[in-house]
Amino acid sequence: MSTPVSSTGTGTADVTAAAALALGDDALILSHRLGEWAGHAPVLEEELALANIALDLLGQARVLLSMAGDEDELAYLREERAFRNLQLVEQPNGDFAHTIARQLYFSLYQHLLHTELAAGDGPFAPLAAKAVKETAYHRDHAEQWTLRLGDGTEESRRRMRAALDSLWKYTGELFQPVEGLELDTAALEAAWLAALGDVLERAGLALPEGPRTGAWAAGAGRQGLHTEPFGRMIAEMQHLHRSHPGASW
Amino acid sequence: MTQNWPLWEVFVRSRRGLSHTHAGSLHAPDAEMALRNARDLYTRRGEGVSIWVVPSTQIVASSPDERDPFFEPSADKPYRHPTFYEIPEGVRHL
Repeated sequence: MSTPVSSTGTGTADVTAAAALALGDDALILSHRLGEWAGHAPVLEEELALANIALDLLGQARVLLSMAGDEDELAYLREERAFRNLQLVEQPNGDFAHTIARQLYFSLYQHLLHTELAAGDGPFAPLAAKAVKETAYHRDHAEQWTLRLGDGTEESRRRMRAALDSLWKYTGELFQPVEGLELDTAALEAAWLAALGDVLERAGLALPEGPRTGAWAAGAGRQGLHTEPFGRMIAEMQHLHRSHPGASW
Repeated sequence: MTQNWPLWEVFVRSRRGLSHTHAGSLHAPDAEMALRNARDLYTRRGEGVSIWVVPSTQIVASSPDERDPFFEPSADKPYRHPTFYEIPEGVRHL
């Protein structure tokens, strides 16, 4: 599949499509990961919450990918190297604490991002204005669970801390500039760190240590470089479409 | 896990509804999570609704065994029903 970005448009249309692809891939891939919890969540109520969040994200992905091209073609016919999602969102679910840590890192970021995009007048403002309500709920969900796991039992605290530590190296990538998005990434990162620090303090946890950026950290998903589990994930996601190309359902 | 999670009763008032109606029950570790779960389960996130959650243990129900002494309508005691008054004209909201 060739690159979906129109080569005939002006520069603005191209960068908007590129940014839509990056944000759309984040939502699509995280939605798929959360969908994997269906039937496996610790309790029925939590299963519903995770499915709810996954559905919100899939809705966002559909809007964004449609801005970049044909949503089905983009989701099902691109190779791994053509996906532009953050490496954070493709990380496997792990245990429940792992999923919550990933949700916490990402939904905090997404909520701040949508708030800023909604306040502007760029091409993503209408989507962000709608999505910011959803993302506020995702953020609240992740925060609530971080508090309960961090301030729960010895075991839940140990697992929450391990999850936060192991995903920490993927968070530097959140604040790399995205072409086509007019963002003050430094301010975004400062707000993210402050909000995260606040939640973790209330949960009796500390901010993880260790690098988030640079040679010892991960994060080139926006350039199409992905971690090993991602290939298996999209193989499963795309299997049917690739077996029956062109079918409609 | 569910064994440790108490049962909560959920009452929902819809956006145009006048009163809270019992919608169902759910398991949650505490009141905050019960509210959030109730939102997912019973309101489909429609805006402008009000939710009450109550621990099931806090609800005292009337006993089915005592139904008769509790509820039997005293139809043979018509003097208990205020149906013998004529409402004066001009009285409103009665």
